[in-house]
Amino acid sequence: MNLSSIKRRTRKVIFYGHAIPYLEDIEIKGKFIIIEGPDASGRSTQIELLSSKLEADGHAVLNAGLRRSELIGQGILEAKRNFVLGRRTISLFYAADFADQLENKIIPGLRSGYIVISDRYIYTLMAREAVRGISSSWSHNLYGFALRPDIVFYLDVDPNELVHRVFKKNTFLDYYESGTDLRLSDNMLESFVMYQKLLRKEFMRMQKRYNIIPIDGNRSITQINEDLQKRIDDYLINLQS
Amino acid sequence: MTYNKKSHEKSIPVQGKLIVVEGIDGSGKSTQLRLLEKWFISKNIPVFFTEWNSSETVKQITKKGKKSGRLTPITFSLLHATDFADRYERNILPLLQAGYIVLADRYVYTAYARDIVRGCNPNWVKKIYEFAMKPEIVFYFKVPIDIAVDRILSGRPKLKYYEAGLDLNLSNDPYESYRIFQSRIIAQYESLSLSENFTIVDGTMEIEESQRFLRSTVTKLLPLSIKNQVRRITRQ
Repeated sequence: MNLSSIKRRTRKVIFYGHAIPYLEDIEIKGKFIIIEGPDASGRSTQIELLSSKLEADGHAVLNAGLRRSELIGQGILEAKRNFVLGRRTISLFYAADFADQLENKIIPGLRSGYIVISDRYIYTLMAREAVRGISSSWSHNLYGFALRPDIVFYLDVDPNELVHRVFKKNTFLDYYESGTDLRLSDNMLESFVMYQKLLRKEFMRMQKRYNIIPIDGNRSITQINEDLQKRIDDYLINLQS
Repeated sequence: MTYNKKSHEKSIPVQGKLIVVEGIDGSGKSTQLRLLEKWFISKNIPVFFTEWNSSETVKQITKKGKKSGRLTPITFSLLHATDFADRYERNILPLLQAGYIVLADRYVYTAYARDIVRGCNPNWVKKIYEFAMKPEIVFYFKVPIDIAVDRILSGRPKLKYYEAGLDLNLSNDPYESYRIFQSRIIAQYESLSLSENFTIVDGTMEIEESQRFLRSTVTKLLPLSIKNQVRRITRQ
């Protein structure tokens, strides 16, 4: 794609709900792309491929993702491992961590014209909360300060296929990714599959409201990449016309 | 499958009573609540005292972030909500369900007042704390700003950054900033006082006088079994 042909139009940010009051009227130049999907669905591989391609095309790319902020960092993980925190507490912790990243990384990146690619976003947090019995209206309000992205992809992988990928990657099933805290089943494998199915259902439920584009993630890395890259290129080209 | 979407909250009836004090720093509320706690302990009534921003787990996790001074009104608000949620999920709610008297030195109203003053959307803040049950009674300690500020500043060499509201850029002088910040919080309390039906305590009264008022007001709210216990022992 020809770099000079992309118009650097600025636009006002759009928040999902109650805006961050002191950032209400800021203007951004960049584009905001989200890759959602379960663990081992290939998110990070795809983000690497997309980032390299976009950079080769001359765009500045910034990667973001959940649980990468310096505010809380590893603390949540440790606390979760020690089983000390309640569900509502964990939700709020993640929200604080996410807010820190949004304000200190994502928004500044978009303001200076980066294409920001986020490895998961508020949808994962909301889906996890929903399957744990927290009302969607509460979660929706909580994340009202989040920016509305330009494109949201969901790598949709059959939970039964996902199991194999997790085993290939880790040789064991992660406690939380298996939803073990929900006591769905005494059998870890069964628990994992049931939990991933519940999360998937939440994503399908959110699809319309949040404009989430499901991508068939059961295909090969190259096939998925071609699909994603084409959609992103089309989006960027459409912006010019 | 034991998994049930709505099973984990509000399923167990709450038998205890939640008593809350609110007011700006230096309004005398903590002194009064501690005396109330002593009173319950002396009567052998199961009581639990909880303070704002005191969850050890949350403190451990956020210590670094807070020190770095990178908190914005949104992250500040969410970290306090996390602290509250942790105390609520692990102490306040289970203890109330077990029949305890829970004494809370500040409750959701502190969050409403401070976060709104910091510029957060009032509806956003209120909805976040929606999971917290309504207290049996909220004592609001009303005190003229000068008295409260004098009480706090005497014997304290330095105000902390967020405590003085320096993040709000109200004034470069920490003491002036503190004063403006606290007056704005008073304004929030005043409007909450009506909508949330606070019981107003004159914070300039003598300590003993206020405590007598608190004890007689609280006695009326206690369940019959505890009420008799209080009276029986008082008569002896």
